Amino acid sequence: MTTPLPPPKKKDPALRTRQPTLPPGNRSREAQGLTAMAAVGRFALQICAACGQVQYPPRQVCVNCLGDILPWRDTDPGGSLLAETRLHHANDLFFRDRLPWRLGVVRMDAGPSVVAHLAEDCRQGMRVRLSLNLDRGGHAVMNARPETPGPNSEDDLQLRELTTDPKDRRVLIVNGKTELGLALTQGFKAAGAREIFVGHAEPWKASAALNAIRALDGVTLFPLDVTDTDSVQELAAILGGKVEIMVNNSYHLRPGGAVDRLDMNVSREEMDIHYFGLLRLAGTFGPALRARGADGAHGACAWVNVLSAYAQINNPAFGTYSASQAAARSLAQCLRAELSPGGVRVVNAFVGPLDDEWHQMVPPPKLMLDTVAERIVDALQKGLEDISIGAVAEEIAERLVENPKEIEREITL
Amino acid sequence: MDPVMGKPPARMGYEGVAVCVPVTIPYSKYSLRSAHWFCGRALAELIKVAGIAKDQVDGFCISSFTLAPDTAVGLTQHLGVSPRWLDHIPMGGASGAVALRRAARAVQCGDAEIVACIAGDTNHVDSFRKTIASFSQFANDAVYPYGSGGPNASFAFLTDYYMRQYGARREDFAKLCIAQRDNALQNPHALMKRPLSLEAYLDARPIADPLSLFDCVMPCAGAEAFLVMSQDRARSLSLPFVTILSTIERHNAYPDDPIQIRGGWAMDVEGFYDLAGIGPEDIDFMEAYDDYPVICFMQIEDLGFCGKGEAPEFVRRHDLTTTGDFPFNTSGGQLSVGQAGAAGGSLGLVEAIRQLSDSCLGAAVTGARHGLISCFGMINYDRGLCSAAAILSRGSG
Repeated sequence: MTTPLPPPKKKDPALRTRQPTLPPGNRSREAQGLTAMAAVGRFALQICAACGQVQYPPRQVCVNCLGDILPWRDTDPGGSLLAETRLHHANDLFFRDRLPWRLGVVRMDAGPSVVAHLAEDCRQGMRVRLSLNLDRGGHAVMNARPETPGPNSEDDLQLRELTTDPKDRRVLIVNGKTELGLALTQGFKAAGAREIFVGHAEPWKASAALNAIRALDGVTLFPLDVTDTDSVQELAAILGGKVEIMVNNSYHLRPGGAVDRLDMNVSREEMDIHYFGLLRLAGTFGPALRARGADGAHGACAWVNVLSAYAQINNPAFGTYSASQAAARSLAQCLRAELSPGGVRVVNAFVGPLDDEWHQMVPPPKLMLDTVAERIVDALQKGLEDISIGAVAEEIAERLVENPKEIEREITL
Repeated sequence: MDPVMGKPPARMGYEGVAVCVPVTIPYSKYSLRSAHWFCGRALAELIKVAGIAKDQVDGFCISSFTLAPDTAVGLTQHLGVSPRWLDHIPMGGASGAVALRRAARAVQCGDAEIVACIAGDTNHVDSFRKTIASFSQFANDAVYPYGSGGPNASFAFLTDYYMRQYGARREDFAKLCIAQRDNALQNPHALMKRPLSLEAYLDARPIADPLSLFDCVMPCAGAEAFLVMSQDRARSLSLPFVTILSTIERHNAYPDDPIQIRGGWAMDVEGFYDLAGIGPEDIDFMEAYDDYPVICFMQIEDLGFCGKGEAPEFVRRHDLTTTGDFPFNTSGGQLSVGQAGAAGGSLGLVEAIRQLSDSCLGAAVTGARHGLISCFGMINYDRGLCSAAAILSRGSG
């Protein structure tokens, strides 16, 4: 059984905060293929196209037949634990700060032997399941857990270094005045968040969602307008050192493109909320999150951006909206690089049309807001980095890989 | 046997080859010197003892991790030598026996007359960490990011598996480590100067379960070297020498074993003793590669002293000190002398030359005629890839 997660303690301002360090990140190009799989939660290894041999560690030439076509394919993650150790000494600062550290050698049913991080409730000889996870440095690592995890298995401290589990962490949800904001608040509450801070702008405007949030326990409301630098700065001064998971869920959807509807005000608002809004949040909350990336088992760990799938490919029916989402996505990549020294993960959740008032005229399939919240919480619990939520977003992601020109011509979703 | 080509040709022996001038550049835990210094001083010592000029050495076998970015090539200019035969052996702990067999063939074939085999490394305060942080592509991608334990973690796995599979106990590993420490106490070069007790071994600080402090070698700086030449040349220089009865070398053996329980020795052991014309029962002492005790157990098994999984019982039944019935790592081995990088792969070989040419620094094995040297190196991913061995015999110089 796994030792239960110790409850978070009130921060003692007299104590030094542990500075973030990262696990070794020197990887070959081949090994970055693992990172691509871990980022989306797949367990895939290179399989030789000619002979079917499963390869690990990654390489450029098949260990069996010397073929050089080694596509990444989903692979059986099962295996048995051959040997284990608990390190009491490490040469690298990241692990030195976290000793003892458990490791094992797993013989995969698919063939290769794999060195893996090892859950506390694994024992030699046991059947285990491997997963590919991103480590704090953003690189893929193998992680082994029992095939049937025991009690509290999510509390494993090593696992919490790989995932960004909301349990016992404090979450800031930027916009509480939408149905999505309510669904997210409920989702994080259900996931065991320690405290939820919810922002709200435009005080003159009533919101049923905000009223529902206000009625929840463990939730505190704060004025926050992402289009107002002073407002964002003020809240960062109050909450910056407390936020462990940031959820930027603000959006502003209006139909229209460039030729058919030149509306600079709408276009500016979209940029102001999606792009400059993220920029303001990043510049004010980012430094504090990054500095608290190694602050114990409940330290800062993730920054979630709820982005439209149209950030990846412009939908001319929402042309300027798509463009501002693309700007936000690009900035999110910058944020990812800038937060990575703190071990804080930037999670981009690409969503298709939501089933809310602003998507009234969009034909189904539309996404249930609870589904969006569930998938985001699940992604954090699994430690993913990029997720496509719903049939539309998933199809866009697939078609972009298959033929970006095709989807550019034929986007009708 | 190849059904088309018939029986493979018989291996040539090492007739006429002499191995001599065992040299050690004393070890230190850390050094400000470079690997070039250690290799250069080893060459200076070799030619001084041999009574030859620098330019009479016309072949070099070099092994070093910390020489980087240089290789043996850069070293020639550094040391001002113009050899006609040059080899750089990047095999770490296996480099000693591999250098020996290559140099021997070069001398036999006349490609070189006198080959200096030099293995040396420095140890700066941070060089061990740097070496293991970029040891191999597979290690970078699939081992070092997992706890950055280096070889400690890799050998912890092998030890854990071996103990459960074959019933080895920590006391069995302790017996080997304690015997080697006893041997080391008479070797002035050994960095470990105090006896090791069973209690001290068992109570030592844990490093990577089941390994604790005295299971792990201490990285240090130093060099080991020797010369290979014809026996006629050795006699003309009045150098005591030893002869080579057999050698083997194997890389990436048994890749399908899920975890390492044996090394390449097991693949080649039969031919090894056939060429030597003697068997394990004729071996008077063994110098095995000992960065961790579990690998010693595998070598004892794979080189025919007992069956697979029987080394724990073998060690319980034998006395491994220089006066015992199975003298083992007679200079103290790396576990007690220190691991001077790639020189660790030649420590046992140089000690064997001393044992068989009556030039021991420490205790001599009485009446020793045949010594077995076994080498192992390079944990590239999950196992050591290089294995080699040699049997040396007292020469008739």
